[in-house]
Formats: sequence, structure tokens, C-alpha cells
Amino acid sequence: MIEMKDVVKRYTLGGETIYALDHVSLRVRPGEYVAVIGPSGSGKSTLMNIIGCLDQADSGTYILNGKPIKKYRERQLARIRNRQIGFIFQGFNLLPKLSAFENVELPMIYQGIGARKRKKMAKEALERVGLGERMKHRPNQLSGGQQQRCAIARALAVKPSLILADEPTGNLDTRTGREIMQMFKELHEAGNTIVLITHDNKVAQCAERIIRIEDGKLYENQEVPDDDAVPVV
Amino acid sequence: MMLFQSFKMALKAIAGNKMRSFLTMLGVIIGVMAVVVLVAIGQGANASVVESIEGMGTNLITANITARRMNPVNMDGLNELAQNPFIEYTAPTANVSGTVKAGNAAYEDGQVMGTTPGYEHIRGWEVAEGRFLTQPDIDNRSFVAVIGAEAATEMYGTTHAVGETFSLSGYTLTVVGVLESNGENASGSNDNQVLIPFSLAQRLAQSTSISSFYVSAVSSEMVEMAQLAVEMFLAEAFEGYTANSWGTQYRVYNQSEMLDTLSETTETLTLMLGGIAAISLLVGGIGIMNIMLVSVSERTREIGIRKAIGASRGNILMQFLIESLVVSMMGGVLGLLISQGAVDFLAPILEMKLEIPVNVAWLAIGFSVFIGVVFGMYPANKASKLKPIDALHYEG
Repeated sequence: MIEMKDVVKRYTLGGETIYALDHVSLRVRPGEYVAVIGPSGSGKSTLMNIIGCLDQADSGTYILNGKPIKKYRERQLARIRNRQIGFIFQGFNLLPKLSAFENVELPMIYQGIGARKRKKMAKEALERVGLGERMKHRPNQLSGGQQQRCAIARALAVKPSLILADEPTGNLDTRTGREIMQMFKELHEAGNTIVLITHDNKVAQCAERIIRIEDGKLYENQEVPDDDAVPVV
Repeated sequence: MMLFQSFKMALKAIAGNKMRSFLTMLGVIIGVMAVVVLVAIGQGANASVVESIEGMGTNLITANITARRMNPVNMDGLNELAQNPFIEYTAPTANVSGTVKAGNAAYEDGQVMGTTPGYEHIRGWEVAEGRFLTQPDIDNRSFVAVIGAEAATEMYGTTHAVGETFSLSGYTLTVVGVLESNGENASGSNDNQVLIPFSLAQRLAQSTSISSFYVSAVSSEMVEMAQLAVEMFLAEAFEGYTANSWGTQYRVYNQSEMLDTLSETTETLTLMLGGIAAISLLVGGIGIMNIMLVSVSERTREIGIRKAIGASRGNILMQFLIESLVVSMMGGVLGLLISQGAVDFLAPILEMKLEIPVNVAWLAIGFSVFIGVVFGMYPANKASKLKPIDALHYEG
């Protein structure tokens, strides 16, 4: 599914080179539910951008579904994002001028799916997240939890091979956050591959596998040299 | 499929910001209106000039003698010219200075001109009452006159003026005919004419030469031949004469030449007006570019989201390009519709037949589409080049 080997991503800040990802290797098998946990500045966003094909690594290999990403051009990356990855963001990232239904429909428009099939799929996805009654509402007419569910529906509608979530509960209150995590659990049980990125230990505990990231390096299980370095929120 | 969706997205974006979209369109609307209305007025003016010249008759040839010192053209020569098979009538004309007085009242607007019977046929004028000048009038240098309808009413308060008299430079003349009113045309109205025998005019001016004359060809097809005959006649008459300072001793032109010259002038004018107006269309295009650039930076986050969920560069480029295209095209069509209204409104005021030329309408639409694409290209390209992560993290 995901195979990363020696992936490096550098930034130059004020003449100083910072390794956002320092020779990272990671393997995620289909159907896995992985949480990547780390404090801010640890490189977890960079990791997510590379996994999500929003950005490309400086060196190393990244193989998604058996295909190395390095070789792809902009257009093909857009296609991969479109068909294979379902993004769920902290800030929901719904288009404010479109209704919930139109938001869910959008990735399918870019896929070139015909109107009838598209409508059916978008309706199904929204019903699945419990927004069947609010399809015509705009994001600002929905609560935070509903907006995130709408975003989940948008990610799910195209049936991606990987769901990539970046702090999905970050902007939500605890109770709503718990609901969303429950939804992730259900998605996992339904066979979806999920990579969840968070700084929240409690959120990470919902996953079946937890990977810690710190200063651009990945640690799994008890490998973390100093447990205290992981802030417990 | 994708194109249709792009149009839908563009319409949605335009509808989502109605006031701004309208103001952006306004530039194009005004530009298109300026071009279309000005060109329509220019062409209307041209049409009315052409019409009035054609009203003068198309087989008319005019000759002006510009030689100052010696002028060999006289009545005998002109009568000889009239024998030419391509020529139907000849008529000399001589403007006479002097005020027409009926009783004690002077008719200031009166234009006194000496001519011969042929003039009636050459100009196609009709006599409403009485008769035109006749050859005996010329031969006898009779003190008679044929006057225009306006001259008659001004001088005598009626168009039934045959038999009335007026004075001109101390002579008393009798009105023998009143012309039918022919209204205004490019050669001026005949309504204020006071026509007297040419021989009498020569006497008044104390001259025996002819400085201008009209010739009519037997048919409009024969105009060129007739003109050639007139030119040969004049060339022969002027043989041995030294040219004056500006080189020409006479000028001969026919109606179609005059038409061409005038049309050319008005067409140049139309082109110039259209060109100036096109600049405002250009300004409208820059307005679109400006707003689209603002729109791109305002919607950076939207672009990021779209890219994250799978929009390619092409999709984004298309979206913004179509948006600017739709704005400018709507502006073009609206501008055209308003132009139609403006033209309908202006036509009676300007007393012209105005209509929007079809090719200009298409040109204006085409040009506004062109402007939409050209000025939309830069912002659209800028939008499409945004990196998805940068765009997503943009806080704007």
C-alpha cells in the first residue's frame, strides 16, 4: 500500500537547513489504521503532504499502490489525489459557496463521472455520514461536526484506497471529536486504509498502530528513546 | 463534459459576486457600446452623404476652371461640346453677387445664379409653376428669373409668384417660373435659388468666360466617356496656356468620384472613432485582469482545496479562464443590447438612419471574447501554478 524508503525533505530557513523528514521509512499495509503522532514542528504535516502527493520528497522512494510517485508529473499527481486519496483536514476545507452536496460532488466532477452516477454516489456518501437531510445546506449552515462529516463524505465518495486525515478532530469539541473518531473506527472496520495524523495521544489511541514522529524521524512502539519527549495533551 | 462543468462553476462564481461581476463587466459593456454606437453613427452619416449625392444624379459631371488670368472657355465652346455623342446636356453656371429685393424687402438668403435651359435637365429639377429659362431668354438676355419655392414664399408670401417682379443690381426682373421644392441634399437646397439667364449674369459680372459648368452624360454607364470628352475639350481649349501657380487650370470630376472621396473621408472618420472606442474596450479588458487577479488571491485557499481533491492545473486554468471569458462575453452581449437601444434612441435625434452593422456586432463580440482570453490568461495561469500545499495553508 504505502512504502517509503529513506525519504528526505529539507527546508532552508534563514540559511539553516532543516530536515523535516530525515531518512524516513514507513510501510502501511492495505486495511491498516495507522496514527502518526508528534508535536507541532515534528514533520508530521510534511509526512502527510508527501503521503498525500501534495508535495514530493527531495530524495528517497515513495511507492503508493505499487507505483513509485517520483516519476509522476503534476497532472498525474492530481489524478492520484483525485482517485486514490481521500483527504480529511483539520479545518474541514469545504468550499464555502457550494452546498454540502456540491462539495461532495466536486472530486467526482474532476474524475469526469457522469451527472447521474455522480448524484447517486454523492447522495450515498452523505447518507452514510448521516447528512442525508442536510444536503442542500452550505458549510456555514452546518455545525463543526456536520462539516467534518461532510468532508468525510467527500473523501469517501470516490472510494479512495487511502484515507488521509490531518487532525480531523482538532477544531471540534470533545464530544463531537469522539463521534468523528467513532466514524473512523467504522470506516476501518469496513476495510478502509486510514492514516491519521495528530498531536493528540487520546486520538492516536483509537488507531490499531501508532507511529511517533519527532524531529523528522519515525519511531514505532517502544522504540522512542525518550518517552517524555512526547507531550501528553 | 469538463468544459460544461467549468462553465457551470464560472457562472456560479460570477453569480456569487454579482456587484463585482457587474462592475467588471461594465468596462466591457462601455467599450463595446462605444465601438458599436460610434461606428453605427459613422456609417449612418456616410449613408446619408451617399444618399444625398446620389440624389443629385449619377451621370453628372462638374468642371471648374481654376485658371485665373485667361479663360478660353466660352458659350460657343460649350455648345460645341454638347454635340459630343456621350453628352446629353451642358450648362454653364455663374454665381452673381448682389441682393434680391422684392419691393423694399431684401431676400438675403437668395442665391442668384446664371445658367442655361440645360441646367433643369442636368439637375433633374422640376418647375412647379410657370416655365424654366428658355433659349430665347438667353439669346435676348431677358430680364426674367426662375426662383425656388422658399425664395417665392420669402419674397411674395406665396409659391404662386409667376408674374411678380424683383430688383437685382438696379435691374427689374420678372418671375417666369417657380421650382418644385426638393428639400436638402449635399449640393444644397434649390429652394433659395434665383436662376437668371446666363447671358444676363455675364453682363452683370462683365465677363464672357465660363468658370464652371455642368455636363450630364447620356447615361450613367457613359459617365467615364463623357468625362473624357470634357477633359479633352478642356485640354484642347487650354493648349498653349501657361499653368497657374498650383499647376492645374481646371478640374473635372464626376459624381461617383465625389462619392468615393466623401465616402472615403467618412469611412476614415468611422475607423478613427471605432479605434478610439476600442481603447476603452482594452481598458475594460485590463479591468477584468485586475479583478481576476484579486479573485485568484482571494480564492487561493479554494484553489488549494480543489487541487487537493484532484483538480489538475488544467482544471484550474480552465476554471479561471472560462470565468473571465464569461464575464467579458456577457459584457459584450449586454453592451451590444444596450447599443441597440442607444442607436434606436439616437436615430430620431440625429435624424439619421442608424443600424448596427452585423460585422461590427460580431467584431465587438469577438473582440470581447479575445480580451477575456488574453487578459484572463495571466491570472488563470497564476492560479493554476499555485502549489496545493501552499494554497491550502494560505491564510487569507
